[in-house]
Amino acid sequence: MRRLIACFLAPAVMAFPALGAEKVTTFTLDNGLEAVVLEDHRAPVVMHMLWYKAGAADEDPGVSGIAHFLEHLLFKATDKLEAGEFSAIVEANGGSDNAFTSWDYTGYHQRIAADRLDLVMGMEANRMRNLRLTEEDVETERKVILEERAQRTDSDPGALFGEQRSAAQYLNHPYGRPIIGWRHEMTELSRDDALEFYRKFYAPNAAVLIVAGDVDPAEVEELAKKHYGPLAPTEGLQERTRPQEPPQLAERRIVYEDPQAAQPYVIRSYKAPERDAGDQETAAALTMLAEILGGSGQTSVLGRALQLDSTKAVYTSAYYSGVNYDDTTFGMFIVPTPGLSLQEGEDAMDAVVAQFMEDGVDPAHLARVKSQIRASLIYAQDDVSSLGREYGAALTSGLTVKDVQDWPAILEAVTEDDIMKAARQVFDRKNAVTGWFRKPQTKEVSQ
Amino acid sequence: MIRALLATCFALIAFPAAAIDIEEVTSPSGIKAWLVKETSIPFTALEIRFKGGASLDEQGKRGAAYLMSGLLDEGAGDLDSTAFALAAEELALQYDFDAYADGFSISAQFLSENEDASVELLRKAINEPRFDQDAVDRVRGQVLSILASEEEDPNDIASRSFAALAYGDHPYASKLEGTAESVATLTREDLIASHKSLLTRDRVFVGAVGDISAQELGVLIDTLLGALPAKGPELPSDAPFLLSGGETVVPYDTLQSVALFGHLGIARTDPDFFAAFVMNQVLGSGGFGSRLMDEVREKRGLTYGVYSYMALREHANLMMGQVSSTNDNVAEAISVIRDEWQKMSEQGVTQAELDKAKTYLTGAYPLRFDGNARIANILAAMQFDGLPIDYIDGRNAKVEAVTLEDIQRVAKRMLKPENLHFVVVGQPVGLGGSN
Repeated sequence: MRRLIACFLAPAVMAFPALGAEKVTTFTLDNGLEAVVLEDHRAPVVMHMLWYKAGAADEDPGVSGIAHFLEHLLFKATDKLEAGEFSAIVEANGGSDNAFTSWDYTGYHQRIAADRLDLVMGMEANRMRNLRLTEEDVETERKVILEERAQRTDSDPGALFGEQRSAAQYLNHPYGRPIIGWRHEMTELSRDDALEFYRKFYAPNAAVLIVAGDVDPAEVEELAKKHYGPLAPTEGLQERTRPQEPPQLAERRIVYEDPQAAQPYVIRSYKAPERDAGDQETAAALTMLAEILGGSGQTSVLGRALQLDSTKAVYTSAYYSGVNYDDTTFGMFIVPTPGLSLQEGEDAMDAVVAQFMEDGVDPAHLARVKSQIRASLIYAQDDVSSLGREYGAALTSGLTVKDVQDWPAILEAVTEDDIMKAARQVFDRKNAVTGWFRKPQTKEVSQ
Repeated sequence: MIRALLATCFALIAFPAAAIDIEEVTSPSGIKAWLVKETSIPFTALEIRFKGGASLDEQGKRGAAYLMSGLLDEGAGDLDSTAFALAAEELALQYDFDAYADGFSISAQFLSENEDASVELLRKAINEPRFDQDAVDRVRGQVLSILASEEEDPNDIASRSFAALAYGDHPYASKLEGTAESVATLTREDLIASHKSLLTRDRVFVGAVGDISAQELGVLIDTLLGALPAKGPELPSDAPFLLSGGETVVPYDTLQSVALFGHLGIARTDPDFFAAFVMNQVLGSGGFGSRLMDEVREKRGLTYGVYSYMALREHANLMMGQVSSTNDNVAEAISVIRDEWQKMSEQGVTQAELDKAKTYLTGAYPLRFDGNARIANILAAMQFDGLPIDYIDGRNAKVEAVTLEDIQRVAKRMLKPENLHFVVVGQPVGLGGSN
């Protein structure tokens, strides 16, 4: 399915680098299209991805969900292809295709036999500038995105809670709006709204091409010149600037109650800096902090204290993802053991963090994390598509190829002190949203 | 113009067979494995599967296999839970133990430089799990938490309702994770018994891909598996299928209904298996070209996703499908699905659809073999399913050989709209109560 990247309560996926492949080639076309080619010649397969530097956070107020809606509409007709023809041709060639939308980017990809690169690149280039939307297609597809929202968000109390928490986290920045959109705005999204977003952002100077697999970089460049080269850039396209957050002056707390909230938990997210071009050290320290604090239930600080030593928690975790265009969050959560209240769970989590701030980082623990990072560079070579996704996300989130390539060494250089300094900088309750998720509490009725 | 482009694409098709060189290895003690050597990256991916899995849970002990799978790395040999995890982290050993309906799997990836120590750690988990009481209670708590969450998940409600209605007293009738009641009563002895009956040498299948020689692999296999019990208990018999055509509504307070549907299917060993497989590609295998996707989503906007699939298990083969649709729309979605079922059953597919499905299936097949871990999985699964070692080379020819008549025959025989039972979770408008 055309997928929406969900960002709430993801398992603590560590932002370990996936870079190990040496065969990385880059080039930029005259019209501004940036490209990265990753070689892996073990199987005759290629992943072709086109990423746009435009996502839900680039929408105007009032049309939330238009970036994602447009992603769906890109599978409709162009001047050369009928509606649905794009996927049909990919499938007829044994390939598969899909797309995704996030706050900072929208991406389209096809996985296909390597000798079909010319074909899929031609079609992808075609739909960058030549979409032909009919009102009827828009009407039908709007029903589909409303069904998608019903399936993925409205039927899932955890997803609704995540939406509320993001809205509480960001007073002014568009990260506070859901990628799929608020339902009342989705129902009003129009063909014109979609085309306005399309004409502005779907252009070679706002796009990143990633080709990963059994390919020759020189041939990829020739194909890119042939297909993407003739496309006109959007004139006057500025660096993206979104409304920024005012200083947060008060702690924010929400209690989300839902009869279908089966498993109560507490989640706290602090606003935190993201990876910036040429300035990734703090983000590296936060990446390590998340792993040390909540990476593994058996060995992390939260896991050992709350799941093993005290058994106050069924589950704990900490998470941080630095690949973001604007400020991101550092989060941690606890599922308290049955019988413990959410307040007790939250207090227990806070106590462990407070103790950690006194004790500091165990050097042996940091050494283990670093050895896993080194290993991840080897394992990552087994999946060149995910390397491609890493480049795509980074380059559409304000980072450069050099930043991506420097990342493993920057992680390797993080010290115990760096981690504690980053933790002191981020762990401020005034900078946080704390959410409780539970069933409605039964009211005591006195008669 | 579009037609011309498509025609050109078809003309170009000449997919390479997957260039996979599989070697059968027999360990010194006689355990067989399939190996693909791939030395370009210094690690090995290993996939071990035992037939049986959660289907061997004893009466009243549902969830034993699943809980057991979560405890193999929570203390083994001389290492307690934390010591085991620390050792794995130091070696950057990646592993996963998993119990599923018909099997138990062990997946591992280890660096060549750490091979011996990694294998020793895995050996302890596979052969000497401790099942310390504190670890049992802790992991049990996690399972109960998962069960509590799934209790309120419409998709989960649909699948457990369907299973309970369909499978009578067969193990398939209940979730393999167990119920809150069954999991609460599982004892350390139950887990020891589950470990002993599931991990046995008489039904184990091994696939390995990576930087390892046949001889090394043989030794490794004996180290990991040589000391396991020779035989396990008898596998369960075939499951009944008790559902007949109709609808069962499971009322649930939600905006959108989830419908899971199915009737009897055919086995992988059936002479018409490939015909059915190709037929389902046209009917609803999930791609955007499928008839169900086209009719229910693209033309009418009634859903975000609709699929049909052949649900193949060791002891039951069903033809199934799933759709989610707003309460107001779900009756229409179901009616469209029934119509498509009927149409396929009566008329089969067109030549153009058949050609398209074949081109997709044969072209997509070699793309599966692109990574050590993925290939190791395929190798173990092929052996588990009883496929020959040269299956990969001949597989596309079997797809190519399917004719319009084959599809017509299997569609008529297998697709029975009148037998299709829909379990609908939600507050569907316009659907009757149970049956």
